[in-house]
Amino acid sequence: MRLKAENISFRYPCGHNYVLKDVDFEVESGEIVGLSAPSGYGKSTLGRILAGYEEPEKGGAVTLDGRPLPKNLFNPVQLIFQHPEKAVNPKWKMKKILTESGTPPAELISAMGIQEGWMDRWPAELSGGELQRFCVLRALTPKTRFLIADEMTTMLDAVTQAQIWQVVLAYAKEQGMGVVVISHERALMERLCSRIVDLEQANSPV
Amino acid sequence: MKDEEYLLKVENLGVSFSQYTQGLKKTRLQVITDLCVELRAGEILAVVGSSGSGKSLLAHAVLGILPENAEETGSIFFEGRKLSQRDKEALRGKEIALIPQSVNFLDPLQKVGDQILSGTGGTSGPGQKRRRRTEQAEALLARYGLEPGVARYFPHQLSGGMARKVLLQTALAADCRAIIADEPTPGLDPDSLAEVLRDFRAAAAEGRGILMITHDINAALQIADRIAIFYAGTTFEIAASSDFAGDGAALRHPYTRALLQALPDRGFTPIPGSQPLPGELPEGCLFCGRCPQQTEECAGRRPMFRDLRGGKVRCIHAT
Repeated sequence: MRLKAENISFRYPCGHNYVLKDVDFEVESGEIVGLSAPSGYGKSTLGRILAGYEEPEKGGAVTLDGRPLPKNLFNPVQLIFQHPEKAVNPKWKMKKILTESGTPPAELISAMGIQEGWMDRWPAELSGGELQRFCVLRALTPKTRFLIADEMTTMLDAVTQAQIWQVVLAYAKEQGMGVVVISHERALMERLCSRIVDLEQANSPV
Repeated sequence: MKDEEYLLKVENLGVSFSQYTQGLKKTRLQVITDLCVELRAGEILAVVGSSGSGKSLLAHAVLGILPENAEETGSIFFEGRKLSQRDKEALRGKEIALIPQSVNFLDPLQKVGDQILSGTGGTSGPGQKRRRRTEQAEALLARYGLEPGVARYFPHQLSGGMARKVLLQTALAADCRAIIADEPTPGLDPDSLAEVLRDFRAAAAEGRGILMITHDINAALQIADRIAIFYAGTTFEIAASSDFAGDGAALRHPYTRALLQALPDRGFTPIPGSQPLPGELPEGCLFCGRCPQQTEECAGRRPMFRDLRGGKVRCIHAT
């Protein structure tokens, strides 16, 4: 399977400047690709477009094996945000949040280091590192074909970061899932990715 | 070293919150059990720990901005003087400045140039004075490689990295003895990161003490003189940055070594399990259950914080 973004141009409604201009990007199943550039070059925006959160301007398109992303169905391209606090419903308990898109297998739950006792907690009772484990695991469903990790572990300590990534890497390998890694941390990208795309060169906004 | 020689000293800090559970029933939740930190003038001390280890609460306790339902034990000294709540209120913003963690702390309705100088009087006022201050704001921005025009931007027009540079400038524009920087580095590209760290170093060289709260051990190693390792509301170790060299053989605590081994450019090897939640802390050492060196004695009682090889450690096995 191939997730392909062709000729993507984008500007936010209130702005006059292009964030992205004529950008091409693609990732294959099972491939782990890094996306790097200094702040403000549209890494996160491209991530949002790839996952269907934003529509590119006319002439550009995101396709999955040649077809547009499905609407009103489970999205096979899942985006993970930097701040898990903003990606969970504060009025749901953790168990409901985790099982929102199906129940993950027990061995994945324990590999993530999620404790049984956390399931009955509210999101506000857990720290960012604990919440992010839930958010990542929630996105690893059998229907997920691509994962966009936008600064997924930037706010976490090194041990938790390694713990979460080892689970994701094993899952991607086993399921043939493609991963796009958006990060500022060069060492992390070099450890994870088989290919790193420099958006500073690929993108020349006016 | 005597107490007066430390700029800022935190001794056995404990913080607990009272919470309503059901109806009018109240419980106390102990979030920080035993934090110890000392900051000298002219040094950068990094406080490293995972989220939920009590790093931010330390900053809030020093500045006296804990919420009303919090109860504080232990003592905080500034230049040898024990601080009361009133002292903290008098010192904060003048002698002790905070660089907040989130870029949401910028006022969304005020232009960036005005905010940078807000600690020193703002850019309002007539004619020449206003122009001079605008130039001052632009000069500060230029030091961080931002265009002068950024002074006229509103916060929502900044990217994450730019906003963080602006936050830094806001604190550095005010002249103070100690700076507490809460997570100043995430979201910065390597060039801006190096630049930010250079400015921190320059600020410390002028005799300020900088307490840098971070989870990013690489950033801490790049800049800090000493590193304090926090875990589940306790200080596990205080070590010189040079102790982290090589495979970390000079380190004292098994958690510190695990942190080093988990770095992407080292082993990238995690340890199983997770940090215990407040209210579910084990009886003995807080690292119990994840520690490779664990013995029966560890589960029995909490280890003391003791001096070891020029640093400090809270582990009975450390030699």
